[in-house]
Amino acid sequence: MNDDAVFRALADASRRRLLDRLHARNGQTLAELCEGLNMTRQAVTKHLAILEEANLISTRRRGREKLHFINPVPINDIAERWIGKFERPSLAALSHLKTTLEGENHD
Amino acid sequence: MTDADHSEFVYVTFIRTTPERLWSALTDPEQMKAYWFGMHCESDWTIGSPWRLLFTDGRIADMGEILEADPPKRLAIGWRNEFKPELKAEGQALCVMELEPVDGAVKLIVTHSIRRNPSEFIKAVSGGWPKILSNLKSLLETGEVVLKG
Repeated sequence: MNDDAVFRALADASRRRLLDRLHARNGQTLAELCEGLNMTRQAVTKHLAILEEANLISTRRRGREKLHFINPVPINDIAERWIGKFERPSLAALSHLKTTLEGENHD
Repeated sequence: MTDADHSEFVYVTFIRTTPERLWSALTDPEQMKAYWFGMHCESDWTIGSPWRLLFTDGRIADMGEILEADPPKRLAIGWRNEFKPELKAEGQALCVMELEPVDGAVKLIVTHSIRRNPSEFIKAVSGGWPKILSNLKSLLETGEVVLKG
């Protein structure tokens, strides 16, 4: 809802990792998100609460399960604020080049 | 979503406006053109009525029907792609828009889902919504859009 909360939420590698996991596979439960992570369930829960507070994820109940969805809208808002006026295609090309050169490792 | 037969995304934005103004922005063709890159919807927004999303040149992008309409709270559209055969073949998706007043703002939740996984249609629309929602937020809060198209 405000930019400070978004930047604070993103200023943590564990939280970015959780967003990466949701980006790869959307709509995961807490248990699924904890799988293979070197974090306690409590730590993951805390990180998810901070991400939800910043509106970077949204949650939805389905039966007894709570599903987590990545919400890219606030990041898009921030991007548009500074990038919107520039040439989008050339930035996309640069971003693609960077991804290709650096591989998939964003941590 | 992780189910074998279901793809879904949920996008949320908070807009400093009223539910009535937001509902009007979501259903009025002229307002829609301002934040939807010139595209607009046609419908009378009552349950069972046809719904169409049109390109700037008038070609039909998507079509379907209104499944739920409870102004200014909830809108559900049965939504099928019409201009790409491989997306059209995936059949009808469901788009639900929920408007919830919170502290002088409105929380807009857009859920788009389809009964198949993976879905190229869901992948295609998921890229467009953040830009549309950023534009809509900016239009209602400042009177201007950030992206012209």
